[in-house]
Amino acid sequence: MNLDFSDDQKFLQDEAKKFFDKEGGLANARAVMDNSLEGDEKLWQKIIELGWTGVRIPEDYDGLGLGHLELCVIAEELGRSLAPVPFSSSVYFFTEALIKFANEEIKSELLPKLVSGDAVGTYGIAEDTHQATESNLSVTVTSEKISGIKIAVPDAGIASHMILVVKSESGTDLRLVDLDDTSVTVTPQKNLDTSRAFFKVEFKDTPSKLLGETGKGWTYIQHLLDQAAVLFAFEQVGGSQAALDMAKAYSMERFAFGRQIGSYQAIKHKLADMYIAVTLAKSNCYYGAWALSSESAELPLAAATARVSATKAFQLCSKENIQTHGGNGFTWEYDCHLFYKRSKVLSVLLGSEATWKEKLVSNLEKINTLAKG
Amino acid sequence: MDFNDTPEQAKFRAKCREWLEANAELKENKSGGHADSTLEDHLKVAKAWQQKKYEAGWAMLHWPKEYGGIEASPIERIIWGQEEAKFNVPGGIFEIGLGMCGPVMMQYATEDQKDRYLAPMAEGKEIWCQLFSEPAAGSDVAGLRSKAERDGDDWIINGQKVWTSGAHYSDFGILVVRHDPNLAKHKGLTFFFVDMKSPGITVKPIKQITGQAGTGAGFNEVYFDDVRIPDSQRLGEIGDGWKVAITTLMNERLAVGDARGSDIEEALILSKTKDDAGEAMIKNDSVREKLADWFCEANGLKYTKFRTISALSKGEAPGPEASITKIVSANKLQEIGNFGIDSDDMAGMLIDENDGVSSFQGAWLGAPGLRIAGGTDEILRNVIAERVLGLPQDPRADKGLAFKDIPTKA
Repeated sequence: MNLDFSDDQKFLQDEAKKFFDKEGGLANARAVMDNSLEGDEKLWQKIIELGWTGVRIPEDYDGLGLGHLELCVIAEELGRSLAPVPFSSSVYFFTEALIKFANEEIKSELLPKLVSGDAVGTYGIAEDTHQATESNLSVTVTSEKISGIKIAVPDAGIASHMILVVKSESGTDLRLVDLDDTSVTVTPQKNLDTSRAFFKVEFKDTPSKLLGETGKGWTYIQHLLDQAAVLFAFEQVGGSQAALDMAKAYSMERFAFGRQIGSYQAIKHKLADMYIAVTLAKSNCYYGAWALSSESAELPLAAATARVSATKAFQLCSKENIQTHGGNGFTWEYDCHLFYKRSKVLSVLLGSEATWKEKLVSNLEKINTLAKG
Repeated sequence: MDFNDTPEQAKFRAKCREWLEANAELKENKSGGHADSTLEDHLKVAKAWQQKKYEAGWAMLHWPKEYGGIEASPIERIIWGQEEAKFNVPGGIFEIGLGMCGPVMMQYATEDQKDRYLAPMAEGKEIWCQLFSEPAAGSDVAGLRSKAERDGDDWIINGQKVWTSGAHYSDFGILVVRHDPNLAKHKGLTFFFVDMKSPGITVKPIKQITGQAGTGAGFNEVYFDDVRIPDSQRLGEIGDGWKVAITTLMNERLAVGDARGSDIEEALILSKTKDDAGEAMIKNDSVREKLADWFCEANGLKYTKFRTISALSKGEAPGPEASITKIVSANKLQEIGNFGIDSDDMAGMLIDENDGVSSFQGAWLGAPGLRIAGGTDEILRNVIAERVLGLPQDPRADKGLAFKDIPTKA
C-alpha cells in the first residue's frame, strides 16, 4: 500500500510552496483584484521559467515529461496561494487536450510554444447560463469554420489559442482555434472573483482544426473535465487548508471576554469541522490522483468524488474563515474574501456541485458492488 | 501510488491466509457475522478460537517476544486484521485485555504477576475488562469519585463504575480510583488491577436503548462495596493513576475507530432495488444527493485509512488524519439507518416478525451509542482542535482546586 506522493513529488511541492510564498503569496491575487488586471503576468512568466507549463509535455517537445502526480502537487500550491495565472486553463485543459487528441503537426507546432510561454491556451464549454449538454450546444462548425458565442471563458485575454466543443455534422467536435484570428472577438465579462478574468468569445467563420475524430467531441471533453476535476480538487484542497490556517491563526491572536477566541468550543468545533472536511477532501483527492495517474477506468467516479468533496471543503472553510474573523472578515482589507470568492469560482468553473454529484451517482449506478473500505 | 503489498507484506499476508484457511471458514457473504445463540456458547467458541491462535502464535501479534508475542509491526497487525475479518470467527471478547490491560501489566506489574497473568490472558483462559468511567465521570473521566482507603497491606474500594464492557464475564479488571480527595483532580488517583470475583463486587448489565442487556460484549454497571485489593495489585505509584490511565485511554480511542453497520453499500443497494412510487428510489433527486454525500464521506474515510496504512507501511508515524474517523462514521451510520427506516414510509417503525430488527433499524438504534463511546463527538472535536490544530485549552473551573472543593451542582 502506497497511497502517498514520492519524495521527489513532495520536494517539488515544497519548492512550489516556497516559490509562491517568496513571490508574495496572496498579495498577487489582491493586486490583480485591486488593479482590475486580467492576471499576474510577471508571476506567470516566472512559472514558465520554472518549466511548470511543460510538466506533462514530453521531452521531445521540450517539456519535462513528468506525470499527473507532479501536476497534482503544483495544483495544491496554486490553490493555497490563489495564484492569479492561467495555469489551470492552459495546463489542465488545453495542454492535456493536445497531448491526448492532437495530431503530430499540431503537437510539434504548439507544445514547444506552451513550454516557452509563446502560446497560452484556454477552453470553451459554456454558452449560456444553462448547463451545457451535448444537445443544447449552439456554437457550430461548418466546413472547418466556427460561428457562435462561448461565455465564461477563463483567461481568454492572455490566451493565444483555445479548444472548444462545437456542434458538427457528425455530432460534437473538439476543435482548436487561434484567438489572434481577426474573426474572433474577445470581451471581458464581470465576475465575482476579480482576481480571475473571464471572457465572452465570439466566432464568425473562424478557421479551426479538428482534435481527434469528428463526432467524439463530447466524450473527449468529458474526459478532459474528469482529469481537470482532480487537479482543480487539489487547488480547492490547497485553498481550504489556507483558509483553515488563516482562521486558526486569527482565533489564537484575537481576544474576547478576556480569552483567545480559539479557546471557545464554538470556535474549536467550527475549526474541527473544517479540518474534517479538508481531510476527507484530501483523501478523496489522493484517490483521484491515483486514478488519474494510473489511467484507471475508475477515473470518472474518482474525479467526481474528489471534486464534490473538495468543493464542499473549500466552500465550508472559506465561509467559516470569514465567520471566525467576525466584522474584520467582511472588510476588503482582510484576505478572507479572496478565499470566499475563489472558492465560488472554482466550485462552478467545471460545473456546479449538483452537476458533479449527479455524475458521481450515475457512476455509482453502473457499479454492481463496492469494495469495502 | 499503488495499493499493493510490498514483497515482505505479501509474504506475511500469505502466511496469515494459509493458517486461517486451514483453521477457519471463509465468510460466505460479507454481511455474515458469527452467529451466537447464547452468551455462554459465544464465550466457549471465542475462547477456543483464542486458544487455537495462541498455540499457533497469532494471539497477540504486537506483544514483546518475552511475553509470547512476535513484536509485529502496525502494518502486520493491520494485515492480520484484514485477513481474519474475512473468516467466520468470533471476536469482541479479548480486545480490551490484549490491547489495554496486557500492555499496562507489562509496564507496571511485578515479574511474578506477569508470569501469573499474561499467559492466561493471551491464551483466552482469563478475560479482562477496564473500569474507568463512572456515573458522574464520563468525558471528564478524571473526575471519578470511587474511593480507595488504605487498610494495612490492603486498599478498601467503595463506589461505582459504569459502561464496563464485558464485566459480566470478566475474570479481572483494571481500575482507577481516588485515594485522596484533598489533592487536585488528576493528582489524587491510583491504579490497580482487581479480581472480578472479589467479595463486594456486583455486576449489573445496563439495558441500552436498543433493548439489549448483557448480550455479547454489552455494557455493565459495577458496584464496589468494601472490596479489598492487596497493595501488591497497585500498578504505578500512589497518585500516578491518571498517568497510567491516559495511555490505555489513548489506545481505546484508536481501537474504537470505524462505526460498523449499514454503510453506503447497503444504502446504494436499497436505493437501486426498492421501489418508490413506481420507480427505483435512486431515481429520486433527494436520494441521489444523499448517496453522493455519503459516498464522499465513506470513500474519504477509506482513503484516509489507506494514507495511514501507507505511512505505517513505510515505517513512518502516521499523521493525525485518522482522528476524524469516528465522528464521521458514527454520524453517517445514524443518517443511513434513518434513511433505511424512512424507505419503508408509513411502515418504517415496524420490526419484522421473523428477521427482527433490520440492519438499518439496528444502525439507527446503535448509532447514538457510537457517537458517545470512546470519546463523544464533542470531546473528539476538542481533541482535533487542541491536539491537531493546536488551539488553546478551555479555561477550567476546577483548576488548582482540591478535588473535594470542585463544584458538582448549581
